[in-house]
Amino acid sequence: MRPFEYARAGDVAEAGRLAGRFIAGGTNLLDLMKLEVETPEKLVDITRLPLRGIEETDDGGLRIGALVTNSDLAAEPCIRRDYEVLSRALLAGASGQLRNKATTGGNLLQRTRCNYFYEPSQPCNKREPGSGCGAIGGFNRIHAVLGASKHCIATHPSDMAVAMRVLDAAVETQKADGSSRTIPLGELYRLPGETPQIETVLEPGELITAVRLPKPRAGTQRYRKVRDRASYAFALVSVAAIVRMEGSTIAEAGLAFGGLAPMPWRDAQVEAALVGKEPTMANFDKAADILLAEAEGQGGNDFKIPLARRTLKAVLADATKGA
Amino acid sequence: MNKHVMNEAIGETRLDRATQGVIGKGVDRYEGKLKVSGKAPYAYEHLVGEKVAYGFVVPGPVGRAKVTSIDTMAAQSLAGVLAVVSGDRVMHSSAQPMGPDVPAMKGEIYHYNQPVALVVAESFEIARHAASLVKVEYEALEGRYEIESRRGTGRASDGGPMAADTKRGDFEKAFAAAEVQFDRTYTTPAYHAAAMEPHSSVAKWDGDQLTVWSSCQLLDLNVQQIANGVGIDASKVRLLSPYIGGGFGSKLGIGPDAVLASLGAREVGRPVKLALTRQNVFQATSRRGETIQRVRIGATRDGRITCFAHESETANAEGEGFFEPSGISTVFLYPGSDRLVTHRVVTTDVLTTSAVRAPGEATGMLATESALDELAEMFGIDPIEFRRKNEPEKDPQEDVPFSSRRLLECIDEGAKRFGWSDRPKTPASRREGEWLIGWGMASASRANSLMASSAEIEMDPAGRATVKTSMTDIGTGTYTILQQIAAEMLGLPLDHVDVLLGDTSLPESSGSGGSWGANSAGSSVYVAAEAVVAEFAKRLGVEAETLTLKDGHAISGNRQIPFSEILEGETIRVTGKIEPGDTSNETNQASYGAHFAEVAVNATTGETRVRRLLTVGAAGRILNMKTATSQCYGGQIWGIGYALEEELVVDARNGLIVNHDLAEYHVPVHADVPKLDVVLLEDRDPYASPLAGKGIGELAIAGVGAAINNAIHNATGIRIRDYPVTMDKLLPHLPEEVGAAA
Ligand SMILES: Cc1cc2nc3c(=O)[nH]c(=O)nc-3n(C[C@H](O)[C@H](O)[C@H](O)COP(=O)(O)OP(=O)(O)OC[C@H]3O[C@@H](n4cnc5c(N)ncnc54)[C@H](O)[C@@H]3O)c2cc1C
Ligand code: SF4
Repeated sequence: MRPFEYARAGDVAEAGRLAGRFIAGGTNLLDLMKLEVETPEKLVDITRLPLRGIEETDDGGLRIGALVTNSDLAAEPCIRRDYEVLSRALLAGASGQLRNKATTGGNLLQRTRCNYFYEPSQPCNKREPGSGCGAIGGFNRIHAVLGASKHCIATHPSDMAVAMRVLDAAVETQKADGSSRTIPLGELYRLPGETPQIETVLEPGELITAVRLPKPRAGTQRYRKVRDRASYAFALVSVAAIVRMEGSTIAEAGLAFGGLAPMPWRDAQVEAALVGKEPTMANFDKAADILLAEAEGQGGNDFKIPLARRTLKAVLADATKGA
Repeated sequence: MNKHVMNEAIGETRLDRATQGVIGKGVDRYEGKLKVSGKAPYAYEHLVGEKVAYGFVVPGPVGRAKVTSIDTMAAQSLAGVLAVVSGDRVMHSSAQPMGPDVPAMKGEIYHYNQPVALVVAESFEIARHAASLVKVEYEALEGRYEIESRRGTGRASDGGPMAADTKRGDFEKAFAAAEVQFDRTYTTPAYHAAAMEPHSSVAKWDGDQLTVWSSCQLLDLNVQQIANGVGIDASKVRLLSPYIGGGFGSKLGIGPDAVLASLGAREVGRPVKLALTRQNVFQATSRRGETIQRVRIGATRDGRITCFAHESETANAEGEGFFEPSGISTVFLYPGSDRLVTHRVVTTDVLTTSAVRAPGEATGMLATESALDELAEMFGIDPIEFRRKNEPEKDPQEDVPFSSRRLLECIDEGAKRFGWSDRPKTPASRREGEWLIGWGMASASRANSLMASSAEIEMDPAGRATVKTSMTDIGTGTYTILQQIAAEMLGLPLDHVDVLLGDTSLPESSGSGGSWGANSAGSSVYVAAEAVVAEFAKRLGVEAETLTLKDGHAISGNRQIPFSEILEGETIRVTGKIEPGDTSNETNQASYGAHFAEVAVNATTGETRVRRLLTVGAAGRILNMKTATSQCYGGQIWGIGYALEEELVVDARNGLIVNHDLAEYHVPVHADVPKLDVVLLEDRDPYASPLAGKGIGELAIAGVGAAINNAIHNATGIRIRDYPVTMDKLLPHLPEEVGAAA
């Protein structure tokens, strides 16, 4: 671990001015600093900022403070009632101890679990641009089949972000200069392309202050996470779904995927292909065809392609049953 | 010294009479309160308040290389850095349990991220930072990082835990002539012991006298290894391991930390503390070798096994003699007059392989107990019936009797409790919504061994006893059972017996390993206690056999004399020693058991969950029902891991252990573990030890993974022969329809 400066932000405006790397729960950043995968010169501790509230917004949605812990958010009655998919995704993530520390902002910005990213002696374009990619041709069981590039095939590991993606969440931020903006979650993350080290559109010193959820969507909500053990394992494939039926056809379908791509994955065409359709396996298969049309395995993760199809179909069957 | 050599079966003892009534009882751990209140000091927690320095290991970031230079300038000039220790004495991995030698690096990198130097600094953080500033220059060499492509190149080692080859008759001929031939190959990946407490040491010099607190299992061997590693005489070293947070074989030989801390402490002139990081533990201690196991079984048309071959290939580093003895139970478990058990070691430039919990059975029975299940199915016989049909009357290899073998009783008891008669007869025939349900069973056996061990009992004038031995308690319950044995033998309430362990200044012991600890150390306490009783009898002028001891009183005829009176203000100290003898050659000794598993396999995803797990064991006298049962729980949980999750992944391109932390090296978590059932049968093995007990610590891991795999087959009709049985292996064979409705 490199020596670093430490500063504690007293208020939101100061956080940006202090010009350093934010630390919230520290459950990801500290691990990476110990391994010198992350080497910030200065940490700005944001845990004293008043960003722990969950409040209703004028448009009937919610504003979740960036420091609300994963445990608290999952347990919040209105989340459990109106945004069940989010509560379920949170509880499917990490462990009880980690969720007690992990924050909403930190969870969105947690970094990949790619083994080679975690091993400083190995090539990794994300850690050290231009050094190559250890995972390509190596152990890539947990890696991406969608949205990857030949420079990086890492996945985004968050469960929470997948649920937030299907909920059409947006992040509120404050830039270092004090100005603020709102970024839809669908625009927050960037695909790796040739610059896998750049993961989001956030600017240096830009603080996530809150996540906004629009007013609850009608429909059946599901989060299904497929993993190597029953708990405390990252998703190999996960599906967040909100499906609303009208009579015997699908009226609305929202679908986001984890474990498949460098960001929480959402494909409007997949959803469009389901709308107005009967909930049959044949129709689900067509949606899966669209989702996976460009999917590409790297050897170790080939199984994710059929697994994603099967999981998607099972989730859709479950969310539309009784119709 | 009072010595008992196990040359003949033991008769009735004070343990059988159980006058005090504490032997066998599931009493709480002797050191339990200290542990749960954080007051039991583990290795790293010694010398609190003393001025110490801290070490951090510098890794060699390449698979195989010659080190050309180690540039320590930048590290040395960092404020707070006291020294950088490098050179030939740096140990690149853990020592083996077979002898006093230690693996010194001698200018080379033998495996990825091995230690190449140690930074010692005023704080852990400074040491860690400085370690990253040390520049290791090397000339890379060609490395060998996997065994699959190099099958057939292995060597027959004569320095392993058993003979490389065990043969009887002419297997090839018998197999060729067999009416039914079974020939399958199974693989198991590399594993790591992944004990909770990382390997840690605190070293302190006092002139030329070295004291080391380290997390070690076999202190009397380990102290020699430390001396060798440091380059001093063993008489100058004292090693203490009072509490150990799990070893599972990975602490049978010293870790690189013990020698590094000692060298560092000498260099900086003050005590040095060194705890390996989790990443170091995974990459710089030892691991279990991956195996490729070919199992061939010949049988008659009606299902009688006539010949058995189990040939395994595994890995170890250059020059290392240890091998994973996968065929260890195959030697005697099932019949067949023509037999062949072989082991070959393919050399790899990956972390040394060594003993991990139940070396041999843990991997071998994943193969053989699956094979038995496959064969039973071929014959259309229930797997229990198949085993009953093939129960040998005596050791089929050596023709000696089994000392006690209650395998079939374990199986029958388990079948009854599990409700085996309701097992789905046809694979893939039971379904609950999205889950495919299946049951499986497997046998368990674990070869028993008794080791030389000694212990002292000190009786103070008040009649309190203290047991002293260099034996270790690696979390298994040794403190507690030694207290119980002494209390039962001496007729003392438990709280009148203290136990001192884990210190090489105490009488030499077997240490903890190979499930021999309880039997060996326990027997030495038995022998010492017998000597105390003899001394009491002498003083009372009666025959020892006529003395009854209870609650601190000797009862002889109608006299009842308090110990304090017999001792007359004196403290007496006697040492007892146990040695193995003829009974280990004249009988085949092993513990036995049976596992029963119910699994649910998700028809959509192939995720497997264990729903029920029952183990019935017979391991001679159970000394403490609670700690013995806990050992079995541990074995069952390991079995879940080996069946479904655990795999130490090595990058075949460069030798990197890819998943070197507990986030990515998956062991079972609570949610993976159902309610566990363990039943231990009433059993005595008079040939095994004066306690009539046998090893239990490793019994329950033997075969349990196979029971789970057999249940997966019963649930799905799919047979996976490459462990672990992860979803990607099941997926291609699962029914095409998904979801609950299918
Ligand atoms: C063993 C293990 C298992 C895990 N399993 C799962 C799992 O199954 N599913 C899952 O989803 N997650 C899992 N996690 C990850 C966990 O959810 C994240 O580590 C956690 O959510 C990060 O939150 P934090 O507050 O601790 O972030 P920190 O570690 O404090 O920060 C993470 C990053 O976010 C930045 N940051 C934090 N807050 C802000 C802010 N307000 N504005 C701008 N930048 C900010 C930091 O600078 C840093 O780069 C696991 C973690 C571990 C260690
Ligand atoms: S996949 Fe991405 S994070 Fe992993 S090694 Fe390649 S570049 Fe690095």
